Amino acid sequence: MSASLTLVIVMAVLYAAGVYVMLERSLTRVLIGFLLVGNATNLLIFIMSGRPGNAPIVTGTAADAAMVDPVPQVLMLTAIVINFGITALILALIYRSWWLARLGDEGDTVTDEHAAETVASTEESFRSVTEDEAASQEDLDASERESELGAPANAPDKGMKL
Amino acid sequence: MATILLTFAALSALTPILTRWLSLRVFYVIALLPATVFGYTLTQTRAVSTGGAITESVPWIPALGISLSFRVDTLAWLLALVVTGVGALVLVYCARYFSADEPALGRFAAVLLAFAGAMYGLVTSDDIVVMFIFWEITSVLSYILIGHYTFKRASRGAALQALLVTTFGGLIMLIGVVILAVEAGTTSLAAIVADPVTGPATTWSVLLILVGALSKSALVPFHFWLPAAMAAPTPVSAYLHAAAMVKAGIYLVARLAPGYADTPGWMPVLVTLGVVTMLVGAWRSLRQYDLKLVLAYGTVSQLGFLMVVVGFGTRDAALAGVALLLAHALYKSALFLTVGIIDHRAGTRDWRQLSGVGRNAPVLAVIALLSVASMAGIPPLLGFVAKESVFTAFLEAGLAGDGWGWVALVGTVVGSVLTVAYSARFFWGAFGTRVSLADTALHPARWDFQLAPGLLAVATLLLGPLVFLLDPVLVSYADTVPGGGDYHLALWHGFEPALALSAVVLLLGAVLFWKRPGVARLQGTVPAYIDAGQGYGSTVRGIDRAAARITHFAQQGGLPQYLSTILVVFVLALGCAAFVNRSWPEEVVLWDYPGQVVIALIMGVAAVMAARVGERITAVLLAGVTGYGLVAFFAFHGAPDLALTQALVETMTIVVFVLVLRRLPQKIAQHSRPMHRRRRVLIGVLVGAVMGTIGVIALGAREAPSIAAELPRLAVEEGHGRNIVNVMLVDIRAWDTMGEISVLIVVATGVASLLFVSGRNAVVPRLRDSRKRRSLPHRRKVVADPAASSEGHAVTRQSWLLAGRTVAEKDRSIMLEVLVRLLFYPAMIVSVYLLIAGHNAPGGGFAGGLIAGLALVSRYLAGGRYELGEAVPVDPGKILGLGIVLAVGMAVVSLFFSGIPLESAYFETTVPVLGPLSFGTSTIFDIGVYLVVVGLVLDILRSLGSEVDRQQEAGETEPHPQSEQGAVVAG
Repeated sequence: MSASLTLVIVMAVLYAAGVYVMLERSLTRVLIGFLLVGNATNLLIFIMSGRPGNAPIVTGTAADAAMVDPVPQVLMLTAIVINFGITALILALIYRSWWLARLGDEGDTVTDEHAAETVASTEESFRSVTEDEAASQEDLDASERESELGAPANAPDKGMKL
Repeated sequence: MATILLTFAALSALTPILTRWLSLRVFYVIALLPATVFGYTLTQTRAVSTGGAITESVPWIPALGISLSFRVDTLAWLLALVVTGVGALVLVYCARYFSADEPALGRFAAVLLAFAGAMYGLVTSDDIVVMFIFWEITSVLSYILIGHYTFKRASRGAALQALLVTTFGGLIMLIGVVILAVEAGTTSLAAIVADPVTGPATTWSVLLILVGALSKSALVPFHFWLPAAMAAPTPVSAYLHAAAMVKAGIYLVARLAPGYADTPGWMPVLVTLGVVTMLVGAWRSLRQYDLKLVLAYGTVSQLGFLMVVVGFGTRDAALAGVALLLAHALYKSALFLTVGIIDHRAGTRDWRQLSGVGRNAPVLAVIALLSVASMAGIPPLLGFVAKESVFTAFLEAGLAGDGWGWVALVGTVVGSVLTVAYSARFFWGAFGTRVSLADTALHPARWDFQLAPGLLAVATLLLGPLVFLLDPVLVSYADTVPGGGDYHLALWHGFEPALALSAVVLLLGAVLFWKRPGVARLQGTVPAYIDAGQGYGSTVRGIDRAAARITHFAQQGGLPQYLSTILVVFVLALGCAAFVNRSWPEEVVLWDYPGQVVIALIMGVAAVMAARVGERITAVLLAGVTGYGLVAFFAFHGAPDLALTQALVETMTIVVFVLVLRRLPQKIAQHSRPMHRRRRVLIGVLVGAVMGTIGVIALGAREAPSIAAELPRLAVEEGHGRNIVNVMLVDIRAWDTMGEISVLIVVATGVASLLFVSGRNAVVPRLRDSRKRRSLPHRRKVVADPAASSEGHAVTRQSWLLAGRTVAEKDRSIMLEVLVRLLFYPAMIVSVYLLIAGHNAPGGGFAGGLIAGLALVSRYLAGGRYELGEAVPVDPGKILGLGIVLAVGMAVVSLFFSGIPLESAYFETTVPVLGPLSFGTSTIFDIGVYLVVVGLVLDILRSLGSEVDRQQEAGETEPHPQSEQGAVVAG
């Protein structure tokens, strides 16, 4: 197989530009990056079909011998349409987040979701498990406690439906 | 046996439905299954008692040597009897224990039955991997059963604890299982034990497996989960925590002991931990006031006892071990069920509040007395026979010079003394009469509530004197342990040391019970030792918090930070791989044709500029330039389908962008600090360089000939089409396409749901009297439409489009309206042509669908959302649905014809004008693709176009909604 250096270089440039834009915080920029990286990836698959040739349409003549590899084309055809669908989805996300922010373009940025995390909020997310655990331990301790003679040490099974 | 397991699974799946019809009686129905299996297992007695086994094997994963193989030998026979027998009785008991209005009764019944099935699978499977799978299934099912009272904190906590502890052990055991299977070269347990392997790896694997067994059977230091699991309904405790699940660890040790008892570390681990567990459990049992917890700690203690005996590795100990296992299953489940009845009738399990229960429920008291006596080891019950055989076995081993024999003997004797004491205390506590208390009021209960514990107690009573019937069968297991011995189970062995030991144990135990106030004081003075339960709690809490801290640390900086982490790893990993690469393409040319360089230059410049400009629409157009560059590459390269599709998609993308961006500010704002620019450039350039290198390497990496050579023949002969790309999409690789259109449907739904949030406005915007207006006489009429925005101008003209007048005057373009009117139908015809012709020429469902989509886009752009509604007056969801129904329908229908989904059939006919035409089912599939694409475009237009228009007109996106302003004015 042989490669056209021009195609490889333009693919590398598309990747570089795409990644550069994607690393910004604006969702629109991320989407521009997505378009560029998407095109670059299609180009990568495209390069795999080798040198130019005839379209992969069987004619039954000698021209068929110079046909290009149709497999990368099939892969790309679906990729192109899916790219379009995902682009539309991200656009809808951008619009929605802008709409939620309702204050111009603040919604059009990616926030840092762990920035607001504190020790207390972490503790809070485990509270339920910790309390379940403590309740289980308490039931066990109640059975050994001397002082509570006469008081119900244990909720009986049948009373649990309360 | 595979049939039995399938029946368990099927009946369990049906049980929730049955419960709806039968209510509590469902337990009687499902109890029939384990009862039948019990009977079936009894028929195997003759085969196993001679040392034989019943086997069955179904291949499963031959590549790994794993098969669904089952083998019932003596040990499996005994466990299967316990599991199915106690299982059937417990299910019968459930019918009286629960009331009909119990929440989630169906789930409970189904899971309990499934558990019985899993347990049966565990003890009968011969393949160690399959056994492990059943092992884990029992862990998960026990989680559901312990957590039955989902609204109780204690219940949830206990369930999670049991799950975490047993699956932790299970995970470690899995490593051991894999090592052992690899070392032995077989996954058959029978073969692994019959032909033991040795070596350091085997030693480790056996010790790892022991960790699993210890955690499952609640031995120190994992013992804490078992008492906590008493939060489960009592039938669950009786079954899982006395007879079945906790016996799994004992079973596994008993299974491995004949081959691996002399593995280094085996004896110290099992004897030490077993004795410690026996003492700790019994000691704590003596302190409990909750009857169920007395039994729970007692069970912990007895499990330790069992582990010492079955793990001891002599023939006589093995015999004693299986006898003790049976005895324990019988008396302990009977006792749990008894406590359940007391709890049910008296309303409490705290014995300080119970008085006169024995006097008022004499039958129950007799059942409990028999079971307790067996637990304490009083003749002539089965417990006595078993315990005496244990003492004899240890004594003989000790006398033969085995130090561990003395350790085990002393430990178990002391443990047995404590056992006698807590047994007596249990019976006295539950059934005794306390002078300070009035007799506890007992709710009436049906006699058959006592059926299950009663039958178990009868078995305990009968099997003592009749143990000589059991002995020959159990001996056939014991004889598999090397070393020999001639002990036999019997009620009376004459005056021998073990009998004296039994007598001393009973006497000392009675004294401990007699002096119980003193014992209680002594227990109070012993300082609280390290509580394993609390240790577990702090471990789990520590892990949770550490995980949270690590996440917090690793995920700072938002999306750009995650992305750059991923990309840097990518660059490092693939960069290193590329560096050591040795395969390069045969030939690298500068360009294929000179024009390529020009296109590439334009694309490169556009990409770099798209990355830099600040205006949204400019950036989008520049990104579009790279896309159109691709179109040119495709066209020159021999890829007409790609060129066509890419051009259509690129156009459509720009339209969709414009639809959204018209509402957003022009400039892209920079709010929060972006990552340092130089870093972004560096990462971008590195990724580009690595990708370029990979591209070149990939070209040189081909070793096998391309599959492309065969494709022309396949396309023409099998697919009846000449356009290979289209034939691959709709026929050869139709599954991929099916997956892809599913993605499109998800995307369309996602777009719609992001826009239609304030109630899905599914009504297609339509004009008033649209049907009337379509009819020919009315089309020429000038209709004065109140909805029409003529902005003061007299309506004097016909409109070119149906909804033309709904667009504001300043937004209208008569040129556009005329063009759309003239081009819409031709475009639709072209799209259908592409769809049909695509099989033999460039085109196909994707391209056709996109053309139709663009035609619709033009209708919307020219006439607004009412025009779109008039053009396609149906919900886009219906079009998407019809498309996928056609595609899936094709897959299903072809199943009936050829048995292979998506296999195409063809009909050749000669049509006048068009000539010979081959119409295949794959065309129907392509029509499905076409419809999905049209539906996607329509959904996007309706969401990002019509709905955005509507929101803008309604002012829904303004920072200050109308209502607030109204309130201000009113104030």
